[in-house]
Amino acid sequence: MHEMSIAASMLEAVRAESARHNAHVLAVGVKIGELSGVDSESLRFCFDVLVQDTDLAPLSLEIERLAWRNRCRQCAQDFTVQEYRTECPQCGSAETETTSGRELEFAYMEIAET
Amino acid sequence: MTRVPLERKVLNENDRLAADLRQGFLQHGTRCVNLISSPGSGKTMLLERTLASFERGRRVAVLTGDIQTDNDAQRLARYGFPVRQITTGGACHLDARMVVNALAEWQPDAIDLLLIENVGNLVCPSSYDLGEEARVVVLSVTEGEDKPLKYPATFHRADLVVLSKVDLLPYVPFRMDLAREYIRRVQPDAEILEVSCTTGDGLDAWRKWVDTSC
Repeated sequence: MHEMSIAASMLEAVRAESARHNAHVLAVGVKIGELSGVDSESLRFCFDVLVQDTDLAPLSLEIERLAWRNRCRQCAQDFTVQEYRTECPQCGSAETETTSGRELEFAYMEIAET
Repeated sequence: MTRVPLERKVLNENDRLAADLRQGFLQHGTRCVNLISSPGSGKTMLLERTLASFERGRRVAVLTGDIQTDNDAQRLARYGFPVRQITTGGACHLDARMVVNALAEWQPDAIDLLLIENVGNLVCPSSYDLGEEARVVVLSVTEGEDKPLKYPATFHRADLVVLSKVDLLPYVPFRMDLAREYIRRVQPDAEILEVSCTTGDGLDAWRKWVDTSC
């Protein structure tokens, strides 16, 4: 249950952006990979609890989930890992590396026009 | 309404502190190892056996994280090496700032090997970089062999998986072949060691791994 501290880190960044643009932030977009260890629903709940009744409200959270993707080191095939099958679906090599899925990143913020 | 792109990590501050720690470790020749597992898998016991085998004067230090109590630090302090307890007071993981604070009173160039025992938890510690050179996940044979599939985020970042309590294999339904297959699926690059702190089996291989580049 570390979503609360992650939500708190997100709000710190929102405050910083809000101050930088001298404007209210309406929405924050984040990318969360399947391998990030972060549960979207739990994060949304913690985020809403922390925003509620503060000067940050209204603030919405827009989550984009990213799949676990690997690339084959032999034939360079990119593929989505399903059912934990990390071997290359094209050439069968076990030599593959993760290219996406670990993300826990901001994507954008929507700022009110001043 | 204006959309402003913001391409940076959510845990930017933690990652910044972890990068500073990593650079400091590199500069001072400190090998830092972060041990993660569920509660009760034998991290503290593994550290006890490790410290007991080191010669006196070896430049080893331990940080041990728990939500409450300094019981683990007391257990580990008996071996004569510097040990510091990090009591998180509720937080389910260690973060880079806690490590920075805990290291503040030690001479950074006096430590060749820093062992960090994370809070027992297979979920949250995986998101927090502590500046470590290597990450170890401990999985005991009294747990389910499918834990790598249930907690892929944690196993995916493992450099080494230690399968502990292997002396209990005759008494539990744990299937070693499946455990190895599941670890390989989630993290094909991880090394795997089988260890028993009770019989001592596998401890030599573990110590050798710890000593690598140290």
